[in-house]
Amino acid sequence: MTAYVSRRLLWLPVHLLIVTFFTFSIARFGPGDPVSVAAGQFRDPEVLARVRAERGLDGTLFEQYWRWVSRAVQGDFGESFLQQGYSIGELLRAKLWISAQLNILALIIVFALGIPLGLLAARANGTWIDPFVISTLLFLTAIPVLVLIPPMLWLFSLKLDILPVGGWGGIFDVYWIGDVIAVPIPDPHLYLPLFVMTIGGFAGIARLVRISALEVLTEDYVRTARAKGAPESRVALRHVLPNSLLPVVTVTGFALVSIFGGSLFTETLLGINGIGRFMFDALQSRDYDVIMAMTVIVSTAFVLLNLAVEISYAFIDPRIRIGTESQT
Amino acid sequence: MTTAVAETLQRRPDNEGVSQGQLVWNRLRRKRLAMISLVVILLIYGAGIFAPLVAPYSYRETDLDRPREGPSVDHLLGTDILGRDMLSRAIYSARTTVVITAAVVVSGSLVLGVGLGLLAGYRGGRVDSVLMRVGDIFAGLPAIMMLILINAALGDRVRTLSRWVDDHSFTDFVGTGAASYLTVFGALALFEWVGMARIIRAQVLQLRERDFILAARATGASPMRIISRHLLPNVSNLVILAISVSLGGIAGTEIFLTWFGVGVQPPSPSFGTMLFEAGSVRTFQAHPHLLLVPSGFVVALLFSFALLGEGLNDAVRGR
Repeated sequence: MTAYVSRRLLWLPVHLLIVTFFTFSIARFGPGDPVSVAAGQFRDPEVLARVRAERGLDGTLFEQYWRWVSRAVQGDFGESFLQQGYSIGELLRAKLWISAQLNILALIIVFALGIPLGLLAARANGTWIDPFVISTLLFLTAIPVLVLIPPMLWLFSLKLDILPVGGWGGIFDVYWIGDVIAVPIPDPHLYLPLFVMTIGGFAGIARLVRISALEVLTEDYVRTARAKGAPESRVALRHVLPNSLLPVVTVTGFALVSIFGGSLFTETLLGINGIGRFMFDALQSRDYDVIMAMTVIVSTAFVLLNLAVEISYAFIDPRIRIGTESQT
Repeated sequence: MTTAVAETLQRRPDNEGVSQGQLVWNRLRRKRLAMISLVVILLIYGAGIFAPLVAPYSYRETDLDRPREGPSVDHLLGTDILGRDMLSRAIYSARTTVVITAAVVVSGSLVLGVGLGLLAGYRGGRVDSVLMRVGDIFAGLPAIMMLILINAALGDRVRTLSRWVDDHSFTDFVGTGAASYLTVFGALALFEWVGMARIIRAQVLQLRERDFILAARATGASPMRIISRHLLPNVSNLVILAISVSLGGIAGTEIFLTWFGVGVQPPSPSFGTMLFEAGSVRTFQAHPHLLLVPSGFVVALLFSFALLGEGLNDAVRGR
C-alpha cells in the first residue's frame, strides 16, 4: 500500500506539469493582451516592453512557461491584473476561506439529508414513496442555478424582504434578546447560497445510498439479524447503514474538490466574494495568472482527495486491497 | 422474488431469441415515468429539428412596437426585449440543443469514447495505461473553467478562420452559426470521452477473457473483426445507458457556456442567451415570462433526461 501511495504521489508533479502547460498554452492563445490592458492609455512601446518583461510575458511560449513554473514552485503565483498591488496568494487565501466555509456547510447538509432520504427510498421500495422521493430529488437536480437564482432573489429579497440580496457575512450572526442575552444564529446571508448549492446535490447521494442499501437488504447477515429478533431500527442503523455507505465515500472525493474550487455561478450571481467569483472575474478579464493559480489548486485537490478516498476504502472495508486493482 | 421473475421470464416463450436490446426496451416500456420523459424529449427535440416548420415566427424577426409583451393570441408565450416571439426563440434554442448534444455524443462519446475505450481494453498494456493516464488528466481538470477558457481563447480564432473559409468558398459557416457551434462542441467532446472510455474499457477487460472471444481468436478472426462483431455488440447497452445519462449534462453545459458569453453566439438562439437576457431580478420582477419560458423548457428537458436515464438504468440492470 505504501508503494502504491508513493507511486501516486510521485505522479502528482507530472500531472500538474501537463495540466498547467495545457492551461498555459490555451490561455496564451486567447485574444486580448493583458499587458496593453494594464498599460491603459500609456502606449509607449518602451513601457509596454518593460511591463511585459516584468510580468514574464516576453519570449517564446516555452520560456514564459518555464519562468512561470520556476516561480510557482516557490509559491509565487504572480500579481493579479484585476486588483493590482496584491499578490495572488494573498487574494486567494481570503477568498478560499469564504468558499470553503460555504461549501463545507453545503456538503454537510447534502450528506445529512441525502443519506436518510436514500435509506427511506430503499426501505419503501415497492411502494409509491420510493419513486416519488427519487423523482422529486431528480427534479430538483434538473433546475440549473441560472434558472433558480433570479426567482429566489425576487421572492425572498424583494417581495418578502426577509433575506439579503447577496454578499457574505460570515457563518454566525448574533441575535440579541432584549439587549441582554446574545444568541448565535446562522447569518441571513447564508440561506440563499446554501439552498441553491444543496438543492441539486441530494439526488446523487440519495440514489447511491438507495441502490447499495437495496443490495445490502438482501444479504444474509441482514436476514440473520432479523431472525435473531433484532428490532428493525437496529437492523437499519447497525447492519444496513454502515454497509451501504461505501459507494458514498467514492463520491465524497469529487464533492470535496468543490471546497477548493468554489461555485462559479452561484457565487457570482449572489455576490459572494469567494473563489468561484474570483475565477469568474478572472475568466472574463483574462487574468491569466489567477486562472493558472486556480488550475493548480483544483488539480492538486483533485488528485490528493481522490487518493485519500482510495486509502480510506481500505480502512472502511478491510476486504478491499488498494493498489492491486490498478493492474486489472 | 428474484426466482419468481426468472421463472416468468423462462416461461414466456417470446423471450427466446429476443435480443438484449429488445429485452431492455420491453422492460423500459412498462415504466410510465420513463415513457412520459421519452415523449417530452422527443417533442422538444422534434420541435427543434423541424423548427422552421413548427415555429410561428422566425427567431430573428423583431417587432419593436411590441417588446416584452406577455402571452397573447399573436405571441403564445409573449415577446422578448426586441419584440421577438418567445415561443419561436425557444423552439430554435431547442434546435441549438439538438445540434450540440448530437455533435458531442457522436464525436465525444461514440467516436472518441467508445473507440478509445475498446482500444484500451482490448490492447491493454502500454496503450491502455497511456490512454487511461490521459483520461485521468482530463478528469482532474476543472471542467467548466477549462471549457470557458478554451471557448474564450479559441472561439474568435475559429470564427475568423470560418469567415476566411466562407470568403474563399461557397460555404456559409458564419451566417448559419456553425462556426460558434464548432468550438462549443469540440471543447465539450474533449471532456466527454473520458467517462465513456472508462466504462467501455472496464467492460471489455471482462469480456476479453470470455470463451467466445477466445474461440473467435482461435478461428483466426482479425482484431478488427473481434472488436466490431464480438465486443461492440456486447457493450452497446452500456453505450446507450451512458449516453442517456450524459445528455442532460451536455445540454446544461452548453447553456452555462452561452450564458457566460463564450458559447453559441448571437444571433444563433440558445436557452443560455434567453436566460442571460432575463437574468436580473428587476427584469424578473417586471417581466417574469422572459425567464419562465426558457426555464420551463430547460427544466422539462433536463428532468426528462434524468428520469429516462433512471428508467433505462433499471431496465439494463434487469429491473
